Amino acid sequence: MKLRESIDAIKKPFGKGQKLERFAPAVNAFDTFLFVPNHTTHKGAHIRDGVDLKRTMVTVIIALLPAFIYGVYNTGYQYFIQSGIAFTFWDALLHGALKIMPMVAVSYGVGLAIEFAFAVYRGHEVNEGYLVTGLLIPMIMPVDIPLWMVGLSVAFAVLIAKEAFGGTGMNILNPALTARAFAFFAYPTYMSGNKVWVSEASNVDGISGETVLGSLAAGNDVSYSMFDMFMGAIPGSIAETSTLWVLVGAAILILTGVGSWRIMVGGVLGAAVTAFLFNLWGANALMSFDWMNHLIVGGFAFGIVFMATDPVSAAQTTKGKWIYGILVGLFCMLIRVFNPAYPEGVMLAILLMNVFAPTIDHCVVEGNIKRRKKRLNATLTPAS
Amino acid sequence: MINLWIYVGLFFTFYELYLTFVLQKQPHMSADISLRKGLSIPLKGQAKKVLETSKTSDNFTLYPDDFHGIVPKMLVKEGEKIALGQPVFFSKANPEMQFVSPISGTLSKIVRGAKRRILEIQLKSDGKDKAVKHKIPALDKLSDVDVKSHLLASGCWPFIKQRPYDVIANPDSTPKGIFISGFNTAPLAADVAFLLEQQQEDFQNGINVLATLAPKVHLSISADDTSFLSSVSGVEILRVKGIHPAGNVGVQIHHIDPVNAGETAWVVNPEDVASIGRLFTTGVFDPQRTVAVAGPVVTKPSYYKTRIGAAIAPLLDDAGVSDSGQVRIINGDALSGATTHADGSVGFYNNTLTVLAEGNHFRMFGWLPFAGNKIFSMSRTSLSWLLPKRTYALDTNMNGEERALVVTGEMEQVLPMDIFPMQLLKECMVQNIEKMEGLGIYEVAPEDFALVDYASTSKIEAQAIIRDALDLMIKEVG
Repeated sequence: MKLRESIDAIKKPFGKGQKLERFAPAVNAFDTFLFVPNHTTHKGAHIRDGVDLKRTMVTVIIALLPAFIYGVYNTGYQYFIQSGIAFTFWDALLHGALKIMPMVAVSYGVGLAIEFAFAVYRGHEVNEGYLVTGLLIPMIMPVDIPLWMVGLSVAFAVLIAKEAFGGTGMNILNPALTARAFAFFAYPTYMSGNKVWVSEASNVDGISGETVLGSLAAGNDVSYSMFDMFMGAIPGSIAETSTLWVLVGAAILILTGVGSWRIMVGGVLGAAVTAFLFNLWGANALMSFDWMNHLIVGGFAFGIVFMATDPVSAAQTTKGKWIYGILVGLFCMLIRVFNPAYPEGVMLAILLMNVFAPTIDHCVVEGNIKRRKKRLNATLTPAS
Repeated sequence: MINLWIYVGLFFTFYELYLTFVLQKQPHMSADISLRKGLSIPLKGQAKKVLETSKTSDNFTLYPDDFHGIVPKMLVKEGEKIALGQPVFFSKANPEMQFVSPISGTLSKIVRGAKRRILEIQLKSDGKDKAVKHKIPALDKLSDVDVKSHLLASGCWPFIKQRPYDVIANPDSTPKGIFISGFNTAPLAADVAFLLEQQQEDFQNGINVLATLAPKVHLSISADDTSFLSSVSGVEILRVKGIHPAGNVGVQIHHIDPVNAGETAWVVNPEDVASIGRLFTTGVFDPQRTVAVAGPVVTKPSYYKTRIGAAIAPLLDDAGVSDSGQVRIINGDALSGATTHADGSVGFYNNTLTVLAEGNHFRMFGWLPFAGNKIFSMSRTSLSWLLPKRTYALDTNMNGEERALVVTGEMEQVLPMDIFPMQLLKECMVQNIEKMEGLGIYEVAPEDFALVDYASTSKIEAQAIIRDALDLMIKEVG
């Protein structure tokens, strides 16, 4: 095995007791990307499952790809259709790729640099979690956001939301959503209104890239059909618009068992019931917006499938996952309907429930502890 | 049409919610226990149910490490003559707990490690089996005090282990029950009914003896068991349905009569029950052991009649090892057994000897989803779940590196107990004793967490964490 030998030669100065030992995690990250290491079991079970964190994270990326590719296409599609220029499928894809690929590059570049630095600093291996976060961040940004803003949001999210809490597995908030929330509150003019959702909208006069929820909040009529909203040919954050391709991703996550179907089903249930009740009430345009449309418009589908199911920031117990999912759906509709400043509620709903997830788990686990105590007390004082 | 799908979806959602929130709190209504969770690992090389004989070696070895937490104090010096059943060492903390020789001959060598810790006691058999004879008490007039002292004096006591802590039972404790698991579910583990086929009477006698020590003796058998085990008398028989770890006695205790703080339950392996039975009919410590030699690299996996401490080499010679490279020889099953080597010996508690290929090789892009489907996976990121009838030649590769705990729900999937495994493990790691008690540390043994080791995406060492936590509890709570 020639390649293996040359890698071992490269790694030599990073070995135990060698000069560059400190930087071993950085080199190992590349090595383990090529080869699953030859480590054998030393204690505990002698055989181990074929799954590891790399495989799990790569599965999530595969699930993200359909929505991502459609997002790239839709970016071009929205630009050409609104500016009235004739175009082909490939024109649209190319226009989108030129806009989005630099964002992906910046996101991975900045994020992985910080991750590697912390791995070396803390002396542990590089965790694969950022492979997913790094792709998610550009997918949930408006298309015309400046690159430096992407970089800054990524840095904020990785440093403050993740590493400050102890790194992968310890964070309270979903890092990708934190990045979006940071950009949203730090640079509101780039993140809301009707000039940011379609490529070049602020430069070309003919383009008005209002989102469906934006128009509703402003009291305007919606010019898109339910079919458009489901297929995703509407303005919005890069990859959130197509419910169809998000559902394909959801199917991949559920079939492979990587994403929690309980959270997804709970979320849809919570949102559907809440929106249905609002339909009955119907005090404003967003309230009377059909509950089925509520589920397929905006970032709800994307958020509930890819963001709410992040296992680290979601609830971790089985019961907790149901409660967490239902509440995400409920709060998403509440924020959409009652808060005109935020036409889209899913980001804040998930972040809010991220904060409460440990509390939900605490209550579920506490129930188990109480049952055990009760059982003990029953044996101490036998019923006479 | 859309409406119909919505109704179907709603129905399943509410059914699942009902299962999660309402049904789970209900106690088991029927005597028969049915466990849905767990994982059956289809390892290649199941031992055929034939009892083979192999050549025997004169060399025997006792491993004090087989008895967790026991500090051995030697009674016999190197070069001294020794009889079968004669005490070789005793427990420093509890001198009446004695460990006896499985052969007659001489003690050839005491192998010590760091800080003079005793690793091995090597014995040389003279082939005569001159045994220490104990008087035979009348089986129908036994008192618990007699039985206890008889078991202690004869060297049979270490057969009895206890929950909590998974150590040899404290003779001064009074158990709430004695639990025997009449079936194994671990990969390639020996078939209990086959082990006991020739020892049915001894098994029954053993049960009768143990019945004097506890208010109840529980025997769990597999739901589809048709062997003599279902007609054993003097025990509470319970049929258990489920895949591994349903055969773990700790899991069964949890569902039959869980151990609360301050309580003790005793457990005995099935073949050891028969050994105890024989002590009370022959008056001699019986080191007999039936061992299933199994594993993907074993040419002719089958059962062998041997004894505790016997050299492994003749067994492996006879069964044959097909792999020319490095192999791992395990005293016990592939999930929670102890590593030994070709010159090693049969452990004190084992009925299974597993041989695996060592996995110290690299796999290019082996982390890709749906690649490496020859490695059985609980996760459906491998295609192995599509081939339910295939058996797998697994090796000892870690298949990844240790990572932070990210994936949730997988531990719960393999632990059929009313315990939150991830939360318990985390409290064990930070040594929070109060929380450990609350989350059920008294009810678990490392072997119950063996599948967590296996299935963990982050490759955490759950068995080691639980063992350390139990040792901490022994130190702090006692």
